[in-house]
Amino acid sequence: MKAGDLLAFATQSLLRARMRSSMMLLAMAIGVAAVVMLTALGEGARRYVTGEFSALGTNLVVVFPGRTETGGINPGVLGGDTPRDLTIADAESLLRLPTVADAAPIIVGQATLSVGRLERDTTLMGGTRSIFAVRRWGVRQGEMLPAIRWDQTASVCVIGANLARELFPHTSAVGQWLRVGERRFRVIGIIGSEGRSLGFDVQELILVPVATAEAIYNRTSLFRILVQARSADEMQRTRTDIVETLKARHQGVEDVTVVTQDALLSTFNAIFTVLTLALGAIATISLLVAGVLVMNVMLVAVSQRTAEIGLMKALGARPGQITRLFLMEAVLLALFGSLIGVTVGELVTWAARKTLPFDAVAPTWAVVFGIVVAIACGLIFGILPARRAARLDPVLALAGKV
Amino acid sequence: MIELRHISRFFQVGGETVHALDDVNITIESGEYIAVMGPSGSGKSTMLNILGLLDRPTAGTYLLDGTNTTDLDANAQARVRGEKVGFIFQTFHLVPRLTALENVELPMVLASRPGAERRARARELLTGVGLADRMDHRPDQLSGGQRQRVAIARAMIMQPALLLADEPTGNLDSASGKEVLDVLEKLNVAGLTLVVVTHDPLVGARARRRINMRDGKVLEDVRR
Repeated sequence: MKAGDLLAFATQSLLRARMRSSMMLLAMAIGVAAVVMLTALGEGARRYVTGEFSALGTNLVVVFPGRTETGGINPGVLGGDTPRDLTIADAESLLRLPTVADAAPIIVGQATLSVGRLERDTTLMGGTRSIFAVRRWGVRQGEMLPAIRWDQTASVCVIGANLARELFPHTSAVGQWLRVGERRFRVIGIIGSEGRSLGFDVQELILVPVATAEAIYNRTSLFRILVQARSADEMQRTRTDIVETLKARHQGVEDVTVVTQDALLSTFNAIFTVLTLALGAIATISLLVAGVLVMNVMLVAVSQRTAEIGLMKALGARPGQITRLFLMEAVLLALFGSLIGVTVGELVTWAARKTLPFDAVAPTWAVVFGIVVAIACGLIFGILPARRAARLDPVLALAGKV
Repeated sequence: MIELRHISRFFQVGGETVHALDDVNITIESGEYIAVMGPSGSGKSTMLNILGLLDRPTAGTYLLDGTNTTDLDANAQARVRGEKVGFIFQTFHLVPRLTALENVELPMVLASRPGAERRARARELLTGVGLADRMDHRPDQLSGGQRQRVAIARAMIMQPALLLADEPTGNLDSASGKEVLDVLEKLNVAGLTLVVVTHDPLVGARARRRINMRDGKVLEDVRR
């Protein structure tokens, strides 16, 4: 049979049995739509996290106190050493490195703020003026933290917009006073809208000079040191420089963990890519189920079309031609089903993008994969019915006894 | 042109063996007009199926135009069937979703013949059986006699040497039945070998040779 005739014949068969064909189309469409939507979900999550992460700042290197081995045990504990604190002086020493553009030591803790009778629990961060540059925060009103020495205290604070709105509902917060425990602070600025941070909302934050935070919490150990590397190409060198400097300052013990932003980013990327793959695999299961359904419906179709098959054989159709006919029907169903599925899946993800702050986009490889698997399923699950049709005894088939 | 030598066809039904055909020997010359008759179970339909290469004999040899067909595989059988044999059935067996023209074209579609050639020949044949104005009708828009005439056109499109008709008038009234037999006989006069299986003695009387069968054996083989 010529290819064009085969196509026309198969299409006519499918159009004729509208109910059966619609069922099989639906099964395939749902399977492919599931692949598209689930992988879009995973991809959206990945973009969200990596996007948030990229927004943290450029060329960022983060120094954590304590050494985390991949095995999870701090070797210092075994050796009887306790990790030394990261101090403000440590942070200052990093500023002298040629590969370091800027550094920002931070201390983090909980605090209860009060203004008159209004009270609010929130996160307090002790930092320096440099944190605004390193984290790319702006101020929407007032100023950043003052350019004082890092070991100097001052009773000033910069607060997030949500805090400002809640504690000072009727006036501008700048210039007002608030209380943290026993201490009073003057608000000198409100953090701008670009302030984002993984893990907590910057608009709920109160920022005070780091030395003041040390006094509040009565400790000299830093939560982190954020470092801005001079160039993106030298991140690894920057990292090594920091490790060596701090090791030297800590009696030759490497008791810090230094992580470059892009290393974290690529880890996140890898994790979420695996997530997306896993979601895709789950959705593929539904495609396999669709394939089984197609096989079953086609077996029913073959048993209902025995007279037609017997006739084709009487007219000179070879067994191989009969097989090809039924396989072509299965492939056409898979093809159109997957196109419908892709359309539906893309429409749903488009709607999701419009209504949610979530960049859910099905990756191209997933869409192609979905279509290919659908067609493969059509072929594989169509073989059994097709061969059964080809092996039908034409005599019995024509006599209606099959 | 056809030689059946010691043809037997046995079936296993339940635990028993049914002798549908038992040592049948027949020779058919080109251009003959034969009626195969007999009661139910006499083996006449089985013989038709074997003649048309739809069924394989359990024993014996079937020579068609000098070729020993018993040794052909499924593919080769299909090819010979398509080129040399035309079938007419009692229940017409037209494809319901295709038009008359498309139904007639089917054998050539299966043989991968080009579209223009197919359509021209199909039109010619449909006109020949008097259905020039019904070519685009679907089977459910045609009467029984018209459907059988479409089936005849379809059977003839590959220009077979042999036409096998299984109770061609069984589902038709006597007027349509007569029309159909007239068409078949006209083709026979033009040189087509015609074998008609029937239980209707009036149909059988029109043939030039009658083979009566019972229980898988040939009872009598009479030429007029």
